[in-house]
Amino acid sequence: MTDIRYLAPQTLDEAVGAFAAAQGAARILAGGTDLLVQMRNGMAKPGTIIDIKKIAELTTIARTADGGFRVGAAVSGAVLAEHESFGTVWPGVLEAVNLIGSTQVQGRASPGGNLCHGSPAADSVPAMVAAGAVLTIQGPNGRRELPVEAFPAGPGRTKLAPGEILVSFTLPARPKGSGDAYLRMIPRTEMDIAVVGLAVNLTMANGVVTAARVGLGAVAPTVLLVEAAAKALIGSKLEDAALETAAAACRAACNPINDKRGTIEYRTKVAGVLLKRVAAIAAERAGRA
Amino acid sequence: MAKLHVTTTINGEPTEFLASPDQNMLDVLRDTLGLTGAKEGCGTGDCGACSITLDGRLVCSCLMLAVEAEGHSITTIEGMAQGDHLHPLQQKFLEMAALQCGICTPGVLVAAKALLEKNPDPSETEVRFWLAGNLCRCTGYDKIVRAVLETAAEMRGAA
Repeated sequence: MTDIRYLAPQTLDEAVGAFAAAQGAARILAGGTDLLVQMRNGMAKPGTIIDIKKIAELTTIARTADGGFRVGAAVSGAVLAEHESFGTVWPGVLEAVNLIGSTQVQGRASPGGNLCHGSPAADSVPAMVAAGAVLTIQGPNGRRELPVEAFPAGPGRTKLAPGEILVSFTLPARPKGSGDAYLRMIPRTEMDIAVVGLAVNLTMANGVVTAARVGLGAVAPTVLLVEAAAKALIGSKLEDAALETAAAACRAACNPINDKRGTIEYRTKVAGVLLKRVAAIAAERAGRA
Repeated sequence: MAKLHVTTTINGEPTEFLASPDQNMLDVLRDTLGLTGAKEGCGTGDCGACSITLDGRLVCSCLMLAVEAEGHSITTIEGMAQGDHLHPLQQKFLEMAALQCGICTPGVLVAAKALLEKNPDPSETEVRFWLAGNLCRCTGYDKIVRAVLETAAEMRGAA
């Protein structure tokens, strides 16, 4: 048996250096709620484990100069929930992150891990897509930024290049009258995987939608940004006709699988239902903001 | 395999141990340190039988590498009673028969204690959601939930 190495670097440069040097034989450890399960069942056999939780930038929630947020990729769901203002500004993102697993899992699991795991059903990802989050990624060739919706490449696959580490999510500043929300359809109320997950992010002025983004999960090989649904909402007062057009756009975007949690027909229908429900919650929150 | 030296605090006691880089905290607690209160149910973070706190935060010890304990503070079920004096939750679980086989009980107690420290007055819904990651195949949960609510009321009264 070959020796496994455990590294807990203090800086991102050290982590990137070690990750690149391992040439694919290393795995990044944030909360570990996916990695340790994979190591246990033999799906992951890392030669080196690189723990990124000692790197300040990866574990910090900061306000950006323009009033947005920068959330380190390894921040746990529990820490995000305890932040003094994040959940007030981005209630939809927070409720999506906090749906990942149990209280115990929330104590460790991070939105970065949720994204990098590459599950099409990852709860936090549609909400990050709707929020317009931009990723900061660092690798051997330096830093780059990427819209979150461009990150997944398929089930279990991402656009990270060899040696690259996801550093943080940057969420934009919120105009007045903005609200977001996330709902998932699951067979039970807790500890399950989304059959459909959908997030809506709205900005409204005098009852009219001035900006919208819709993120849709668990109905295609990757989480989707549904631009046609957003377009149907923008300029509307969320009348029934606009909502039905947006719901139809969500149904049209679906390319799901059949599995024990839901059939193709069921998932497609539910995507439209969720659009209407989530838009209503986002609008209610926008009215208070 | 080369083992790493880890310095940590367990139930208030400075503790040192050796662990392989891929060994989880649960295995070190049970096999190296002899603290067998935390149980292995699933080993994949679904059942909560291995619940401990890490710097006061509830986690599954099966989903944490033992080397991650370096410099941190851990509490286990063994740290819950003070000598012969049971924690109010432990006492109430006995009085209200909130357990049958007992395998899940250490994890449930550690999780419930973490809840009451954060929220001394939880609603039934809050208790049920907080404990959703602690599986019990015997009690049907009602007795557990009632015992936690009863303990919370008593502790608020005593405070």
